[in-house]
Amino acid sequence: MTSVAEHDHPDAATRALAAGDPMLPRPYRVVRTRRDTRDTVTLELEPVDGVTMKFSAGQFTMLHAFGVGEVPISISGDPTRDGLLEHTIRDVGSVSGALVAAEPGTILGVRGPFGTGWDVSDGIGGDVVFITGGIGLAPLRPAILELLANREKYNRVALLYGARTPEDILFGDELRKWEDRLGIVVEVTVDSGPHSWRGRVGLVTQLIPRIAFDPANTVALVCGPEVMMRACATALRDRGVPASSIRLSMERNMKCGVGLCGHCQLRELFICVDGPVLTYERLAPLMSRWEL
Amino acid sequence: MAGDTRVLDLAGLQALIDALGLRGYTVIGPTVRDGAIVNAPISSLDDLPRGIGDEQDAAHYRLRDRGDEALFGFAAGAQSAKPVLFPSDELLWRSRRTGDVTVIDRETEPPPGPPYALIGVRSCDLRAIQMHDQILLERTGADVHYAARRAESFVVAVACTDPAGTCFCVSMDTGPSPRGGYDLALTELYADGEHRFVVAVGTDRGAEVLAEVAAATATADDVAAAERVITEASGRMGRALQTDGLKYLLYANVESPHWDEVASRCLACTNCTLVCPTCFCTSVEDVTDLTGVNAERHRVWDSCFSEEFSYIHGGSVRESTRSRYRQWITHKLAAWEDQFGSFGCVGCGRCITWCPAGIDITVEAAALRGTPSKTSQRS
Amino acid sequence: MQTIEEYLPEHPFFAGLDQPTLELLAGCATNVHFNVNEVLFHEGDQADTFYIVRKGLIAIQVQSPSAGGVVVDTAEAGGVVGWSWLVPPYRWMFDARASEPTSAVAFDGACLRGKCESDPVVGYALMKRVAQVMFDRLEAARLRLIDMYGSSS
Repeated sequence: MTSVAEHDHPDAATRALAAGDPMLPRPYRVVRTRRDTRDTVTLELEPVDGVTMKFSAGQFTMLHAFGVGEVPISISGDPTRDGLLEHTIRDVGSVSGALVAAEPGTILGVRGPFGTGWDVSDGIGGDVVFITGGIGLAPLRPAILELLANREKYNRVALLYGARTPEDILFGDELRKWEDRLGIVVEVTVDSGPHSWRGRVGLVTQLIPRIAFDPANTVALVCGPEVMMRACATALRDRGVPASSIRLSMERNMKCGVGLCGHCQLRELFICVDGPVLTYERLAPLMSRWEL
Repeated sequence: MAGDTRVLDLAGLQALIDALGLRGYTVIGPTVRDGAIVNAPISSLDDLPRGIGDEQDAAHYRLRDRGDEALFGFAAGAQSAKPVLFPSDELLWRSRRTGDVTVIDRETEPPPGPPYALIGVRSCDLRAIQMHDQILLERTGADVHYAARRAESFVVAVACTDPAGTCFCVSMDTGPSPRGGYDLALTELYADGEHRFVVAVGTDRGAEVLAEVAAATATADDVAAAERVITEASGRMGRALQTDGLKYLLYANVESPHWDEVASRCLACTNCTLVCPTCFCTSVEDVTDLTGVNAERHRVWDSCFSEEFSYIHGGSVRESTRSRYRQWITHKLAAWEDQFGSFGCVGCGRCITWCPAGIDITVEAAALRGTPSKTSQRS
Repeated sequence: MQTIEEYLPEHPFFAGLDQPTLELLAGCATNVHFNVNEVLFHEGDQADTFYIVRKGLIAIQVQSPSAGGVVVDTAEAGGVVGWSWLVPPYRWMFDARASEPTSAVAFDGACLRGKCESDPVVGYALMKRVAQVMFDRLEAARLRLIDMYGSSS
């Protein structure tokens, strides 16, 4: 009979207690709000205790609307600057609805930053393709800004953006600025448009054949509804981009954000810890299965 | 000191319980209640299930009269140590709203109540505690409430001498003998000679407590007798689970029609996850008082069998019972290995015993291999 | 000034066709130009033209009383407009108008059908290309049908 403790539990427990409670939200004050579309708002938050959050592009926080609840929201601000914490939120339920309606001065709870980032700098020296749909542009924006801060280190850069209708296009002014001043090819399409729409109509995947990039030397960052990401990943693979060079941002139900509650599991992956950014190489066998 | 082997008689065991009580522990041990073995606070040997055994099979649990004086002559009780260290409802934090400002009470709650000493932890449940230590304490985020309870806990494990019909710890290599992670581990000897307990000392803390009690040094005969009963118990497992290649078997069978077959029986009642010692999924619940001024956030047990578990964007990823059963068994016997380096199942058999439909994890795993599983006729 | 035969191999739809075939098909073609908002065809009109877009943007739209004209597809440089000329009853199912100043090559539908009938090899080559365009458009249209960016997304 073995008799020596394998797990020195008092130490692990003591260490855990000293590290602090990841489930305790930090209070942040809403400084500014900006309405982006009819159902989307960008909040700018400052920490009440003054300690700013350092984050990597692609990470998310758990945002708590006191009295309503908590949801995971990607950070949509500039990771290269020490400014206000930005979140672009779409009203799809009671919690996000409360966040979208938050007035300046409101105190929200913030936990994070959590998860893996885009690591766009892996594309230095080569081409970078950003492909996004709907609100997916918000989680990609920090990676775009990170790249733009060092534009000269990258070759060809393209942003392909699909929205439902022209009214749902996010950050329109910024898109124009990026294209005009910063040498990024920006191609926008909508699922359908009104008579007055002068632009392109079609699915964002249809834009992929239209841009020039070297498949062997490209990092592709894709963010949007899962159906869209699958279709884009397939189209990129058809162009010869290796699955390991294609990165997607996945979403699942989350209650903790730190790998404890178990909700976000996609087979062996915890989307909050192993993701949300994962390579298509890792995801392909999992994404094609029903109800996994 | 840690590593020693000693012997306690009945008086000595009572003295051990008393010593733990005097040190401020709430001593939790197996008791009989409502026709089952359940963990409850104990203070005397009389509180233990003397002469009580159990019959377990798929969807079947009965207590029986052993006709002897054994104190631990049964297998896995209705619950493991999980409800003590990882309760089904744990307060995370309180907040108070003044006007528009909400302030959180930043004091981490001290472990609710006095520290716990767990008596009679089976080797399967002991392994589950070790798994929870790894999962809840040593990864990206730690559960500080589990940490607080765990740091103060004292564990007296017990080797199984009478496994039940749904036991398969031998297949999962988690028993029937406790494998470390305990302060003290007992093997009960009652069949030949005096009713006594061979005690393995696991930690210095265990040695300290034992020093307050009259524990004799174990003789070679005592040690041999203990090893004999354990070896004998190892040969009487009620179930078996073939584990080689198990992860790949489950991953490869993601589209197997077998899941439809199980789904026709599974009620998605979540009993299995409730009684499983390794399941750790939780959710959060926010409650406020009527004034809306005081609020609390609680951590509560959750189950991958519930439809809302995987809810996102207006629907659930795993809507069908089929997909949820597949998720549970694939996590337990396959994904867990990729995540944590071992199987998530410790072979306690509770999910088999307490499933109202009698679904048997060993049978379902074997079905994927195309072979029937070994089930014992004993129950 | 580049002739139509010289231009055709540059357009993705005709890539890979041999010179004699291109000359044959060019015999059905004329250069056309549309100003902004100029209508190419209306829903219900007889469909007897196949357009390949050289430059600009064509909007395919559907008219509905309350929504006005909803643009459901666009074709830009390198794209094609219309296959109703190929399938009976040869009638346009949508409206089309130019969103930008657009230059295109217009093929007479009856002429093209005639060439396909008399030379099945040419006919098959053309069908394959039309099938590819329809395949891509249908796949994209189906995915837009699920409204993935919608309120439940």
